[in-house]
Amino acid sequence: MPEDISTLWAIGAMTAVTLACRCGGYFLFSRIKPTPRLRMALGHLPGCIFAAYVIPALLAGPAQNFAGAVTTLAAMAAFRNLGLSIAAGVAATWIASLAI
Amino acid sequence: MMTTEIVFTGAALRRGIWRALPLVAGLSPFGFVTGLITERHGLTLLDCLLMNGLVYAGASQLVALSNWTHPAPILAAAFAALVVNMRFALMGPVLAPWLDGLRPSHRYAALGILVDHAWALSVTDMRKGGRDVALFVGLSLPLWFGWMASTTTGFLCASFLNLPPHHPLFFGALAAFIALLVPLWRGKSDFLPWVVAGGVAMLLAQILPHTSWYIIGGALSGCLAGAAQDGRNA
Repeated sequence: MPEDISTLWAIGAMTAVTLACRCGGYFLFSRIKPTPRLRMALGHLPGCIFAAYVIPALLAGPAQNFAGAVTTLAAMAAFRNLGLSIAAGVAATWIASLAI
Repeated sequence: MMTTEIVFTGAALRRGIWRALPLVAGLSPFGFVTGLITERHGLTLLDCLLMNGLVYAGASQLVALSNWTHPAPILAAAFAALVVNMRFALMGPVLAPWLDGLRPSHRYAALGILVDHAWALSVTDMRKGGRDVALFVGLSLPLWFGWMASTTTGFLCASFLNLPPHHPLFFGALAAFIALLVPLWRGKSDFLPWVVAGGVAMLLAQILPHTSWYIIGGALSGCLAGAAQDGRNA
């Protein structure tokens, strides 16, 4: 397929917007002084972003993913090993998909 | 707050690289699928390399590609990138204590390849008193190279491979996010904010599908709930 200039423009636009997201939040907060209350709220952000990502993604996926999620959490809580936990979760999903 | 000096050591850089490797493996099926779908929508190998190397945000790329046309939908693609990647704007400020220790050019280069997983592991280390920003850089670099390798492989395999959409391998990408919840858990006081974040996100995902407003809305609601709870306990 020949190179399509409009595709390159679209990729350029996506790059600009995404870069603005990555750098913009930091830039903004380096210019304003966050109040203690705002700083406190920001402390909750890491866990909340991941919870907000994971719950809808689980519900949108097939039922076997729940088996994988429980296994991943249990493995991570027990061993604190990322690679092992991801592998255990994928294996559990696989087994569950054969059973369902 | 953070009064100790921020440092950049080779040891932390290596530790970051080492700890990123399981994430690279876990995310590679997601990258593979992204490359595969990029080919299916008629993009060239050059487009695929540019999009993954520069935009470097798989979820937003999949949303943009799902509505792809020829000629390309420039505004729609930019809008998809905005709504899915807005969460990065919330992540940068949390890393500020570390990033402030870098030269501005290096600081923004590091922010340029910010992704969820490197960020979460860095925040976990920062909370334990870590002050070595090289850890963040060490975590970020392998994720970028791994992403380029898996997306390019997916693109090149697209013509002869067809995995079903719910193949268990694809769970690897979600599993990486789920596993990272464990080190982010600080104790019982996290329960209410997380439930609020997950619940609001679940509702918003129903109301506004194919965007990621649900991540922003859920995360901010959880933060408000957490701040209200802290205020009561203070």
